[in-house]
Order: sequence, then structure tokens, then C-alpha cells
Amino acid sequence: MKKAVKLSLFMLLAFSLVLAACGNKNSAGGVKVGMVTDTGGVNDKSFNQTSWEALEALKKDGKVGDIKYLQSKSNADYEPNLNEFIKGGYDLTWGIGFALAEAVQKVAGQNPDAKLAIIDGAVDAPNVESVLFAENEGAFLVGVVAGLTTKTNKIGFVGGMEVPTIQKFEVGFKAGIEAVNPDAKFTPIYASGFDKPDEGKAAAATLYDSGADIVFQAAGGTGTGVFNEALDRFKTGKKVWVIGVDKDQSLEFGNDVTLTSMIKRVDVAIKTVSEQVVDGTFKGGQTTTLSLKDDGVGIADTSKANVPQDVLDKVEDYKAKIVSGEIKVPTVE
Amino acid sequence: MNQANKILKWFVSDSFIVSLAAIVLGLLLGAVVMLVGGYNPIEAYAALVTRVFGSAYGIGEMLRETAPLLLTGLAVAFAFRAGMFNIGAEGQVLMGMTGASIIAITLPGIPTGLHMILAVIFGALFGGVWAGIAGFLKAKRGVNEVITTIMLNWIALFLSNYIVRTFLLLKGDQRSENIPASASASIDWLSSAMNNARVHWGIPVAFLAAVFFYYFLWKTKQGFELRAVGSNADAAHYAGINVGRNIVKAMFISGVFAGLAGAFEVLGVFHYQAIYSASPGYGFNGIAVALLGMNHPFGVMAGAALFGTLSYGSGGMSFEAGVPPEIIQIVIGSIIFFIAAQGIVRFVIKPFYGKRKKEKVL
Amino acid sequence: MAAETPVVELKQITKRFPGIVANDSISIKLHKGEIHALLGENGAGKSTLMNILFGLYQPDEGHIEINGAPVAIDSPNKANELGIGMVHQHFKLVQPFTVTENIILGMEPSKAGGQIDYKTASEKVKKLSDQYGFHINPNARIEDISVGMQQRVEILKTLYRGANILIFDEPTAVLTPQEILELIEIMRRLVAEGKSIILITHKLKEIMSVSDTVTIIRRGKVIDTVKTAETSPFELAEKMVGRNVSFKVDKKPAAPGEKVVEISGVTVKNKDGIAMLDGMTFDVRRGEIVGVAGVDGNGQTELIEALSGLRKIDSGSIKLGGREIGGQTPRKIFEAGVGHIPEDRHKHGLVLDFSVSENMVLESYYKEPYTKRGFLNFRAINELASRLVSSFDVRTPSIQTKARSLSGGNQQKAIIAREINKNPDFLIAAQPTRGLDVGAIEFVQSQLIQQRDQGKAVLLVSFELDEILNVSDRIVVVYEGKVIGEVRPEETNDQELGLMMAGSKQGGHMHESSK
Repeated sequence: MKKAVKLSLFMLLAFSLVLAACGNKNSAGGVKVGMVTDTGGVNDKSFNQTSWEALEALKKDGKVGDIKYLQSKSNADYEPNLNEFIKGGYDLTWGIGFALAEAVQKVAGQNPDAKLAIIDGAVDAPNVESVLFAENEGAFLVGVVAGLTTKTNKIGFVGGMEVPTIQKFEVGFKAGIEAVNPDAKFTPIYASGFDKPDEGKAAAATLYDSGADIVFQAAGGTGTGVFNEALDRFKTGKKVWVIGVDKDQSLEFGNDVTLTSMIKRVDVAIKTVSEQVVDGTFKGGQTTTLSLKDDGVGIADTSKANVPQDVLDKVEDYKAKIVSGEIKVPTVE
Repeated sequence: MNQANKILKWFVSDSFIVSLAAIVLGLLLGAVVMLVGGYNPIEAYAALVTRVFGSAYGIGEMLRETAPLLLTGLAVAFAFRAGMFNIGAEGQVLMGMTGASIIAITLPGIPTGLHMILAVIFGALFGGVWAGIAGFLKAKRGVNEVITTIMLNWIALFLSNYIVRTFLLLKGDQRSENIPASASASIDWLSSAMNNARVHWGIPVAFLAAVFFYYFLWKTKQGFELRAVGSNADAAHYAGINVGRNIVKAMFISGVFAGLAGAFEVLGVFHYQAIYSASPGYGFNGIAVALLGMNHPFGVMAGAALFGTLSYGSGGMSFEAGVPPEIIQIVIGSIIFFIAAQGIVRFVIKPFYGKRKKEKVL
Repeated sequence: MAAETPVVELKQITKRFPGIVANDSISIKLHKGEIHALLGENGAGKSTLMNILFGLYQPDEGHIEINGAPVAIDSPNKANELGIGMVHQHFKLVQPFTVTENIILGMEPSKAGGQIDYKTASEKVKKLSDQYGFHINPNARIEDISVGMQQRVEILKTLYRGANILIFDEPTAVLTPQEILELIEIMRRLVAEGKSIILITHKLKEIMSVSDTVTIIRRGKVIDTVKTAETSPFELAEKMVGRNVSFKVDKKPAAPGEKVVEISGVTVKNKDGIAMLDGMTFDVRRGEIVGVAGVDGNGQTELIEALSGLRKIDSGSIKLGGREIGGQTPRKIFEAGVGHIPEDRHKHGLVLDFSVSENMVLESYYKEPYTKRGFLNFRAINELASRLVSSFDVRTPSIQTKARSLSGGNQQKAIIAREINKNPDFLIAAQPTRGLDVGAIEFVQSQLIQQRDQGKAVLLVSFELDEILNVSDRIVVVYEGKVIGEVRPEETNDQELGLMMAGSKQGGHMHESSK
């Protein structure tokens, strides 16, 4: 056994020699920004990924120094992950997603000198900047598109979970449809989580089978299933539409099935607040809701590929009315 | 004196050396994977160790990570000693959470401490009864516990979510209200001494549970019965032991361990109960831990500490050495693989080990 | 004879295991056309030796020669190549497969396209079967044929692979008396066709009737090699055990007292509603041994299970000392004064992963002084175990040794020690000497008689007619779940008993069962 241990140590030593030269520590200086994902992970094709891409863009432009993310395996990881950055001397630590609200609140209280920020959650602490989005307004606009585009007069919605954040999408979307096409039949379906593509696929199949030709998904990873169902149908010659969420999903799933996407400018939020820290204008203790007015939500620029100009004009009309306050988009039914 | 000798003996025993070799082999395989992926394994392992043992916060959080693993590991091992495979620790943890939450949230005004103890007891009972159902079905109807516990996991998941959503919900959120301070199991003074690491009473309870496991199973009359049923149910029946009752009892105690894990996660770590979209995985990790510990309470203790260290320390690997979480999972997986696949380990260490043994004989 | 090269020669084989020398410089010569018996007690080293010959173990010293040429047998495959075949005690057959499929398993003949050529294979099996008089249907499924037939499949398997040297490991342990006769016939035919056989056994009767040469092994050493024709069972037994062995059981005439156990009209039905015990009626008195004779499967197992509480009875009554115990739990029955040496010691008698000491209190662990205030009292338990181990001569390295690592005879001794120590009024002994060697058999039987002499009621269930005739004071013959007759051993013989067991009601006085 002693020999076995010796052998292993020897092998480890050998590895380390090979690697001795490979150590590359980059301490570029500048503001250090960290982010903690929720359990969806950094490749969730949704807000975690968008946030990280925004930070990478900031680093590329030389506006910030070190950036780093930590993924959370379970919700017990949120606190130690946030603490890791704070103890590591990071100038700003992001918590991504409403699931982190509790942990951000607690850690902020324990470290009053640290600066934190959170996406999609409202945290009441003097050193935390909270950013929410008026998803209902963005959803209203894609609702207008859907209401004017549907041929079967049946429109579906797939939500990741029946929670207030997601219900905001549903309510806004429904209001948008009703504004332009009161006769359209609207059917929402909720999955049991944001990481269930199989459930998303099944939900989309149900909706399409019942005659819907457009489905709006607000379901994170579960929404991938919605797109896959639409693509499967497209391959067998049946044309159905998906409306994407959070970012321009036509870039990923193509123009064959992506009618348009409701954009949530998480990147704008990340950029704005991070730059405040760089500039020294970070105040903390505020909750900002980014709305249509701030271009915090909207519809994808690439929408003209599948949406006719007259519909887009209509969208612009409604946008103006919402921005001016003429139309108030509901958040709850 | 005898006791010390025993411990010494255990350290040179087959199982101990094989476990140790398995860990070393797992770390080596992990190192190879990291090398292939272009990461520095030395730096990564150093970061792992530093994250856990480099600060009081790290040690506290590692213990916090270890406690539920230890309890679920004990749950699986205990059932195994009585001849059953409890796949359902997962569901029993959830029921433990729910039982504790109900008492903690719906019965405010009970004195501090007492409130917590009551909530813990209820959580433990919920877990115990939940596992007891599977035991009862096996004892009375011969239904395989593997199947029932898997089914009960799903029922527990949705039942817990239903209870939280209907009775305990924090408006507009995906979790229960916070538990009142009177029901908190956090050890606040220790926590602030450890830089706010979430240490709680569940940690000492988990270690005491392992000691209880040992004494109960090997030193008491009831433990004798459980082991007899677990090793040879026919002989136990023939010897006048009520096999059915022991099956239910074993599953109940197994579930109590898991229920405690759940109760303390709510009362000591989160202070609320989340609505889970999928099983959080405590019970499944418990199976791995029981396997690591070879179903012996002290082995499970070591296994849980190892698993807890790896699991909590892995954050350091990604933070300091930039190793992606997927590769960290491969490292943890390979250690478990080598421990499970003892045959391979024995084969690898045979040239060194066999020689030594022979010398001893001659 | 001396000039002829032996087909197998084991030269000074030594094999050590931690703590023991299993084989100590053993040399054996097997000649062509010979049946060479290896005789020895359980644990004498016979199986180790044969496992070396079959390539499962490597000798530490010494070597093996086949037809005069030294060989290294490092695996069973190598042994097969050298024409060595082994018929294991526990068959290694796939139950749902047919005879042919089992025989060709691992070396299936194939047709073009990779299909298995069953036709050729089953023809070859048929031919082999006819050649040696096996009478086997190559297309029958293993699960449908008798144990004796399954053993023939094992033999055919080795022949199909071209074995010339066959090792039989305790082949008769699982066979009925009729099947044993047939097996002996087959072995004779095999040697007549030029095969050579090594027969591992501890049954003297078989050795005397079938072998040519006997090598006796005791504690890893060869004691002697003799020609069967020039020896006697007494001499062999003495050499095997190392002391004088008496075959006649010494016992005083029985002095039966009052009835201890009254079994009347007991009926037990199986799952399909068939009566396995059909109104069974008899009694056992203080100070007598009642032997239950019968062909396996005529209700013996059900009778024992009903008596010990493992099985509910459908009707009838079992009284112990006038109190009804039928249908009670096993513990109640034990506490009422019943001891039980079970038929299957691995399944019912012992928890093999428990220590000898723990097994000694398997039924009494919950009583004072073994348990005090819910905690086991190891001092009392170990004291009891040490006392029983020494007074019943259970050979074990320590009382903390796992029961699994004891030899069969010592396991049985441990059970008997435990059961007799309870001082029961009624002792049930089911097949108490199965698989034991001569020395152990003698011990077990004398213990039963000693219990009788102390005024206990003893029930002996056995398939060994010799044992029934030698040990019992009274014999009840069971057939299809009924008592078909009752005889005294001194007034009958094995032919008569055999006839009665086959269902013909003659001899002895008739015992009318109720209903």
C-alpha cells in the first residue's frame, strides 16, 4: 500500500511538472465583477447566459477588469457563492434570477460594505441594486404580433412555472392579443420547471394539436422543447410559429419557426449597473423597473423577416401608446 | 485498550485501504480529465482544499453541506443493514422539510428552542412515516421497497409542493414564508464567529445519529433483531423474530434519519421551504454516501465528510482554477465509481498489496 | 501395473491459506480406467486439492503431471483442454435452457451466418447419452427434469468437451437412493469406456461399492492409499476420523413415558389448495425417539413447519403437554418448550454473517441475562457461547468467527448446542446429519439419544433409512401427507420400510387417521 501511495504521489508530481509552466493568472486590474447563476447554470440560453455575455462584452471593451461566474448546483449554494466573490474582494457581485433574492438580502446584510445587484428580484438593502423588467409590456407587443398573424385564431402560451414573474408574461401577452383580435382563443399551459424540455415539447404538441398556430414560450430551458416541437412539425411540412423570449431566439432556432422574440435587455441592466460601479455612481438601495420606455423590453430587431411591415407598424403604434401611458398593460389578472 | 486495538485494526483492514486507494485513483482520473481539458489539476485540488479548510467560513459551510449527506447516508445504510434498499430518502427528506415547516410556520408563539425541537421532531416523524409506508407494504404485501420508495419520492415532491403552495406560501413567491426565529435551528453565536457560515444544530445531531446508529444496531436487542432480519430473514423468522414488524421499524428509523436531514435544511439553512420543480437530490447523494461508507455508520461519516468536502470545495476549483462544473462532477463521479467498483481497485493495488499479505503469512 | 504411466499424477502438492495448510505435500496417482476415491472429513482438504487440479487454485509447492508430462493448469479452460472435467456438487446449469443448450453453452457449433446449429448439437448429445446409457432427452428443459437427470447433464457437459478425467465432487449428496444406484452404474460404464474418475466423498458405502482405490486425507495430509478390495468400512472410517468409529448406535432400550406431543388430524394446504398434510395423526412420548420415514415430498417439510410455527395449519390440533400450540408464532412455540434442529441449516438454522456467539443466542437474545434494559449483554452472551462451544466440541477459531466460515459439521454442532441448551421437552431434528461426515454423524446421533435418555421427546425426520432404523425407537411412515403405518425398528428392515414408503400398506400395525 505504501508503494501505491508513493506511486500515486509520484504520478501527481509528474503531472505538476508538466504543468508547471502552464499557470496563467491574469490580474488585469480594474473593477472586478462576479456573478452567481441560479441552478439553471451559465449555458441556460436565457438570462444567465445573457448576463454573462454582457459581462464578457464589458471586459472586451476594457471597461471592467476581472470577471468570473460561479454556478449554483442547488439553492444551498447561493450564499457561499455570493460570499466567495465578496471575500475575494470583488467590487460588484451579481445574483441572477429571483431565486437568489433571499440569499442576496442576507449576504448584503452581513457585508454592508460589499456592493451587490440582482436581476429579476427586488431586494431591500442599501448596498443592493435591484433590476426588474416590465415583461408584461414586452409581452403585450408580441401579443399584438400574434393576434394579427394567427390564421387559426388559436394562440398558445407555455410558461416554465406558474409563478408571478412568468404570469406577468401571460397576462401582458393575452392583453396584446385581445387589443387587436378579440375573437382569438388563448390557451396557456404551465410546466413544472425551467429545465424540462420534454414537458415543453409535450405542451407545445398539445397546443398545436388543438389547432393553435402560434405559441409564445416563457420557460427558459423548457422553451427549447417548444422550439423543437415546432421544428419537428416544420420538417414534416406543417407550418407553425414560436415566439421566443428574453433574447432574439431566431438566431438560435432559425427563421423557419421563430415568428419574433420578446427581448428582455438583461444585458442593458448588467451593463448599466456595472458601469455605475466603474464610474463611482453606484448608489444602491434602489429598485429599477426597466420598461418599454427605457428600451428594457421590446421585440427583436430581426422580426421583419417573418412579420409583415403593416403589423410592425401596428406594434410601433401600441408601443408609443404604452410609453405615453395611454395604455396601461396589466400585470395580474 | 481493546477498543484502541480495534480501531487500529480497522485502519489496516481491507475495506479501509481499498477505500483510500479508490479515492486516490479517483483523484488521479480526475486529474487526467482536467489535464485533457487543459486545466491544472494541482492548482484545482489546492483550490479545493483551500476553499474548505482555508477559513472558518469554509469549514462551517462544509459541515453544513455534510450534515444532510450524513443523515441521508445513514438512512440508506440503516435500511440496507435490515436487508432493504431505501431509494426513497429523497422523498423522506422532502417530507421532513414539510413536517418541520408546518410546525414552524403555522404554530407561532411557542417558546424559542422548544419550537425548534418540536419542528425537528415533526420533520423526523414525517420522514419516518413516509418510509414506514414502504416498509408496511413490504411487510404486509411483499411489495418491493425499491419500487414503492421511488413512487413515494414523486408523491412526496408534489405533496410537499402542494402543502407549501396552499398553506405556507409567501405571497408572490416560489417558497414558503420564513420560519419565525423561535423555530430557527441556526447556531447564531457560532455562525457569527465563523463569518456567517450557516452552522446549525443539525450538524451535531447528524454526528450523534451516526453514533446512535452504531449503538442501536450492534449493542441493543432491537438492533440484533434488525440485523438478523437483514442478514437472513428466514432464520430470523424461524428464531421467533417478527420479520414484518422489524421491516417496518427499520424503514421508519431510516426515514427518521432522512426526515431529520430535511427538517434541519429548512430550520437551520434556508429558514423557508422552497417549491421544488425537481427533487433536490439529497436522498440520491445519500445512496452514494452509504456506498462510500460501506453501510457502516462510521464509514458513512467519513463518506459524507468526503462528499461534503468535494461538493463544497468544488466551488473553489471553478473559482480559483477555472475548472468548469461539469469536469468537477466527473472528478466526484470517478471517486464514487472507484469505490463502487472495488474489484478494479483491488486489481490495481494487488501487486503491492498481495505481496505484503503473503509476507505476513509466512 | 507399476510400469504403466498414470493419467494424472499429483506430486507433493502443498497449498497454504492464511493460518492453515490446506494441502500438505499430497501425492496421488490416478490410473487409466480407475475410479479413485478421495475420502476425508469436511475440511480435510479434498476440495482444495481438486480445485488445484481443475485450475481454480495454484499450488504453492509441487506439480501436476498428465500422462507423465508436467503441466501448469492455470485456469479451468486449461483443465478442459487437458481433458479434465468436473461435475460440481452444486450444478451450474441455466434452468430455462434445454439440455442441449446447456451442454453446448460456451462452445456453440455454428452454421453459416452465425446461427447456432442445434440439430447437429442435439444429435451429438443424443449419441453420447446413448453410449453411456444416460437416457436423456436432449430437448427437455432443465427445470423440468429431476435432480438426478440434471447431474447427468453435468456429466455430459464434461464428456461433450472431450474429458477423459472426470472429477465428481460429492455427487450423491443430492440424489435419492435409486438415483445413487443409477449413478454408480454410469460411473462403471465410464471407466469401462476408458475414462478415469476421481470421486470425492465422505460416504463409505459408496466407496466400497464403486471405487478401485481409496486415498484417505486427514487435515491436509495423505493418511494412506489402499485398494478398496483389501479394506473394510471400519478401517476406512478409522483412518478418516483418526479414531475408532462405531456404526451401530449404542443405546439402551427406550422407556417411553407419558405423551408429550399429540398431533391429531393436522391438515395443511399449499397455495394451490392441495393438502400437503392430510389429517396427520401420531404422538411422541417422553423418553422416546420417533422416526418419520418417507420419500421426500410426502409432507415432512410441512409437518416440521407446522410443528415449529413457521406455517399455519388449516385444521387439526397440535398439543404440547396438553396445551394447544398449532398455529402459534415460532417464539410462543419455543417458549412452550420445543427445540428444533432445522432441515436447512443455512436457510433456517444460522445467520451465516453473524458470529458463532450471536448465533448461539439467536432465539434467546431477548431474555435476561443476554439483554439487560434493552442492551445486549455481551459478557453473558460470550460466556454462554464459550461454554457451548467447548461442551459440544464446536471447532471454531473463536466465538467471534462468522458462522459462514465454519465447516458443515461444526455449524450443525453449533445449532444442536443451541437447541439442546434450551432444555426443550420436545426436540425436532430434521435431517440432522445431512452432509456430515462419519464422525459428526456419530456425535449428532448420540446427542439425540442422550436427550431421549434424559426423558425428552424426540422427533427425527430423515431420508436416510439407516439412520431411521438405527436411531428411532418407533417409526411412523408417511405417505402423501398421512401416516400410513407404524413399525418398530427391531421388527422391520429396509426392504419392508421401502415398500411402505412407496405407499403399500403392509407390515406393522395399521394406524387409522381421522377423516
